[in-house]
Amino acid sequence: MRREDTSEEAVFRQEVRSWLEANAELRSEQLEAPLDHSPEAEARAWEAMKVWQRTKYEGGWAAITWPEAYGGRGGTPIQQVIFNEEQSNFDVPIGFIAASLGMIGPALMRYGSEDQKKYLPAMLRGDEVWCQLFSEPEAGSDLAAVRTRGHVEGDELVINGQKVWTTSANFADKGFIVLRTNPDVPKHDGISFALIDMNQPGVEVRPLVTMRGDRHFNEVFLTDVRTPLDHVVNGIDRGWPVTTFTLMNEGAFIGMTVNSRTTATAMIDSARETGRLEEGVVRQRLGEAYARERVLKQLQDRIKASLLDGRAPDVDGSVLKILTSEWGHERAVTATWLQGAAGMLTGADAPGMGVWQDQVLARGSMAVGGGTLEVHRNGLGERALRLPKEPRFDRDKPFKDLKTSG
Amino acid sequence: MPLELQEFNLSEERLEFRDTLRRFFEESSPITEVRRVMEGDATGFAPNLWKVASEELGLAGIAISEDFGGQGFGLKELSIALGEVGRSLAPIPLFASAALAGRVVAAVGGDDAGAFLQSIAEGEAATLAWVEAHGDWDPAAVRMEIAEQGDEIRLTGEKQFVVGAHAARRFFVIAREPGSHCDEGMGLFAVEANAEGVAIDAKESFDLTQPLATLRLGGALAKRIGRQGEAAPGIRVGLDEATALLTAEMVGGMQKVLETAVDYAAERHQFSRPIGSFQAIKHKCADLLIDFEGSRTAADAAVMASEEGDPERSLLASVAKSHVGPAGLRMATESGQIQGGVGYTWEYDAHLYYRRAMASAAMLGDETMHQERLARLVASRRFEGAAQS
Repeated sequence: MRREDTSEEAVFRQEVRSWLEANAELRSEQLEAPLDHSPEAEARAWEAMKVWQRTKYEGGWAAITWPEAYGGRGGTPIQQVIFNEEQSNFDVPIGFIAASLGMIGPALMRYGSEDQKKYLPAMLRGDEVWCQLFSEPEAGSDLAAVRTRGHVEGDELVINGQKVWTTSANFADKGFIVLRTNPDVPKHDGISFALIDMNQPGVEVRPLVTMRGDRHFNEVFLTDVRTPLDHVVNGIDRGWPVTTFTLMNEGAFIGMTVNSRTTATAMIDSARETGRLEEGVVRQRLGEAYARERVLKQLQDRIKASLLDGRAPDVDGSVLKILTSEWGHERAVTATWLQGAAGMLTGADAPGMGVWQDQVLARGSMAVGGGTLEVHRNGLGERALRLPKEPRFDRDKPFKDLKTSG
Repeated sequence: MPLELQEFNLSEERLEFRDTLRRFFEESSPITEVRRVMEGDATGFAPNLWKVASEELGLAGIAISEDFGGQGFGLKELSIALGEVGRSLAPIPLFASAALAGRVVAAVGGDDAGAFLQSIAEGEAATLAWVEAHGDWDPAAVRMEIAEQGDEIRLTGEKQFVVGAHAARRFFVIAREPGSHCDEGMGLFAVEANAEGVAIDAKESFDLTQPLATLRLGGALAKRIGRQGEAAPGIRVGLDEATALLTAEMVGGMQKVLETAVDYAAERHQFSRPIGSFQAIKHKCADLLIDFEGSRTAADAAVMASEEGDPERSLLASVAKSHVGPAGLRMATESGQIQGGVGYTWEYDAHLYYRRAMASAAMLGDETMHQERLARLVASRRFEGAAQS
């Protein structure tokens, strides 16, 4: 389902493109050096990301669909899609800020008090970056099993516990945290959603290195961490709806990411250069990768078309999330396979500066981050196909009486 | 409550058209009727159903211009009708006549094409016969040569894997000028089914509801369509369109397979709970949905590209066929598995869709053929792009 821009959209696209050309560099087709995952490089990348966010904010592009009152452009979802499409041709540091904005921003706009919404402009400017303090050692897919405790002391919430797999907590200024404020009621009824300052005593962040070699996520230890009671979103013990709303946004974002250096077309180019396109099995596997890339794009275009018509997307976001993750991983494995023996090398010693090897190792952030593929399959079964849920034993009992593994 | 999936890219008129056809096939060609034809003779053809479908619903000529007695709609409407045939397994030659023969004849064109299209639109079923014993779907692989003497052209030899052969009043045969190779000298020739020297040999077919046949020609009189030696581009366009349309028919069957599996999983109880509440089954159902969504999106994109004459028409037809074939087979396999014993019992219908999925995956080229074609198309496009810049 393809669709040309309307004349209005074409004008908008041209405006976006001109602005991007004036403010950013086009992305080169090849990496010039291996991806650098050292702490120093990551700190530089973080600063560059904040600068780019600031640049976008000043250009009026930081959040196209947000109301102007919160620093947004007051534009339409399709304008955001157009901006993302154009931006993907440029070598700009997006990633975490965009993900973070996409999660906490809409949640605050929907559930936040007027005071809480005052955080939005600084978020958009890139002055304050927010991390998501959700998963715990005992609460992964079953997020409602969080044990990090919050108790009220005067007009403050005092927080004790541990979070894990917290993306960018080592750099973030603020955090939104899911915690237990009442263990005597069933699990979903005793959860609160709070905003905290990451730069305070009692917040101890220990980076965890992923198999890819980057410091993507962290352990966060919280000891008597304090936040004002008016920083609890939607009220004490009423945090679960806010949490699920935030996760829906996260899934939608992750399903849409693309990287123009790691396309099937790039694979076909390199197979032609190395002469391997002469092999039938190579053509078949590359043809398959290409077809999947196009099908994924067609599915995204379907979502785009429903946004254009002002309808809810008519394909479930979990379909995109699962396919983006699984096909993306298969594509990276195929591209590395295509390198033959050289596929055993990586970094500067590998073809293409090891960009495909890096993608092979990036699998986890797509297949587990933002909800495991299995959780998304449950969602498809129960939400899209209306299949019955599993019988549950944890709905009605007080949280403190539930069985756990540790 | 049975599963109802949201449609996409269907205007209200088209949705109404689809609903009308769905009711028509449910009433006029229930699965009991499909089985009656299947277990009857080897023709795989219900003449009365085809008569009503052509004369009252106008399906035979739905995508044929009104100038030639058709309905003047586009390929999208034809794809909707084919989807309902795929869903119901109705034993009518809509794919063979309207998609294969109809599109290739229309694309080759020429003085006589109008009359042939008119006859297709009137419900005189036709089909395309081109593949030979080697089983290569590429028309460039055709070896049958014409024998031309004076005004007469005669064809001799065999064409294999002909779909809708028993319903056909006329065959459109791809053959070539003597001594020619590949696209050069490729031609399209009309042969009347009742002409002398024409025999149809029914084959025992894996797909019970759409049997195949061999067409034997022994000096059969044939008529050239289009200009001598210039048919290849039209033949290729027509086959690309037919490929896109085939994926739409396949998707119709896949939707039925998905609905059947999910409804079964919601109703069937074991261990005092619906089996669809077990993750092992729920995840299979989710995978059916994922395969279905990708497939129907790819099929729609291919049909729309053909309808709009998009330069990426060939590419998108191969994207769709290479993707929908294996997805359809996975779906039919797993849907059968979800249905347990029902899934492989003769008197239940799961195996009829499984058989169709297997056959359709091979029809007009399997995934490996289309994947290879994609790799070549993308590489040559990149090469041309690089040469130009």
